[in-house]
Amino acid sequence: MLDFEPFYLSLKLALATTVILFIVGIPLAYFLAFNRSRWNVLLEALVGLPLVLPPSVLGFYLLLAFSPQNVVGKFLDDFFDVRLVFTFPGLVIASVIYSLPFMIQPVQSGFSMVPRSLVETAYTLGKNKFTVLTRVLLPNMKAALITGCVLSFAHTIGEFGIVLMVGGNIPHETRVISVVIYDEVEAMNYRHAGVYSSILLIFSFLVLVSVYLVNRRALKVHYQS
Amino acid sequence: MIEIKVSRKLFGSNGELQLVFDTTIRRGEFVTIYGPSGAGKTSVLRMLAGLMKPDSGSIIVEDQIWFEKGKIDLAPQQRNIGIVFQDYSLFPNMTVQGNLEFALSKGQSAEIIDELLSLMELENLRSKRPAVLSGGQQQRVALARALIRKPKLLLLDEPLSALDSAMQLKLQEYILRLHQQFNLTTILVSHDIAEVARMSKRVLLLEGGRISKDGSPGEILPLENFRNFIDGLIS
Repeated sequence: MLDFEPFYLSLKLALATTVILFIVGIPLAYFLAFNRSRWNVLLEALVGLPLVLPPSVLGFYLLLAFSPQNVVGKFLDDFFDVRLVFTFPGLVIASVIYSLPFMIQPVQSGFSMVPRSLVETAYTLGKNKFTVLTRVLLPNMKAALITGCVLSFAHTIGEFGIVLMVGGNIPHETRVISVVIYDEVEAMNYRHAGVYSSILLIFSFLVLVSVYLVNRRALKVHYQS
Repeated sequence: MIEIKVSRKLFGSNGELQLVFDTTIRRGEFVTIYGPSGAGKTSVLRMLAGLMKPDSGSIIVEDQIWFEKGKIDLAPQQRNIGIVFQDYSLFPNMTVQGNLEFALSKGQSAEIIDELLSLMELENLRSKRPAVLSGGQQQRVALARALIRKPKLLLLDEPLSALDSAMQLKLQEYILRLHQQFNLTTILVSHDIAEVARMSKRVLLLEGGRISKDGSPGEILPLENFRNFIDGLIS
């Protein structure tokens, strides 16, 4: 009997992660794209860390941080009565950190692709930075925004290591699809694992096809030559 | 009256250059900055617009201080200038009308949009996006947009150099028409001799970061080139 709850959990996690990343990602990417401080490199490296770090390493540190025995976890527990270890909210925070570069990098390059003269013209027309962001920059980098969202979403669906470390394997709470597949294989239940895997495979393929389609179309949207 | 006295060290493809720009421009005057590429022409405009910070000096426009080293540095938003770049810089996500509406100041009446659209003969293109317009049409929109806020100073950075010569002639007429209609103080940057001779009565020759000559086109332009230009007109 196929259980669709893990799919639902995975989608819920991916959606929550993407929404938060979109909100956090735009100001952060804006800062990285337009701030010329030499400390930028450090911030950029920090944001990119999840690309090279094994999820288990990141998960390990988050587990330590979230643990009620340690400062951060204790603070959250004492003052807000929030537990992040082995809970869905904890999983969302871990996913946001883990998928950060997948949102930041496309959006940051999107900001740099919008011609500087458009921004400068808007300034000389008396517009402040926020107006320029919402009316000039963001509308002219839709492809980058869509790419960032789709990649973050897809990457979160595909999480395994960090989910296992921070979320564990609690049904209805943190037992997402990738964990279920692992469980089924462990239990020698290859048929189930195969069905789940093929669904995930087709889904991921379609996601990537849509990203490339969007990007190809975006190339046709030309700024004036 | 605009008093400009600025200097800045520039780093370009020709190495380091000390730009010193010191001149006075009367209200309503049409001045051209002419000179070889890399002489610092565009940097002068950028400093006037507040997009580049001078190392020292001051910029005073009609008794208002726009820049004074160490004391005042008005943001581009506060300077009330109109600027037109070579690449038009129209917002691709907005229609012609949208581009002009975007330029309106808070609370400003939209009447000026119709006035400028008709002056630049753009009424039929109102609802078009920039991407479908020709170069000349785009530059007319950019000019109209630069004037929406009724700027004290119009800065033109080689606005016609991407257009073919027939279109250039037509656009030059439009620019002169605007200049007269609004009595606009205008600074044009150009490296096109014919354009310089046709457009302005006063030319500043910028060479190696300094104003080497200041006078009428006849006095400034290399005589030989000027003769060629006249011959070209006659033939």
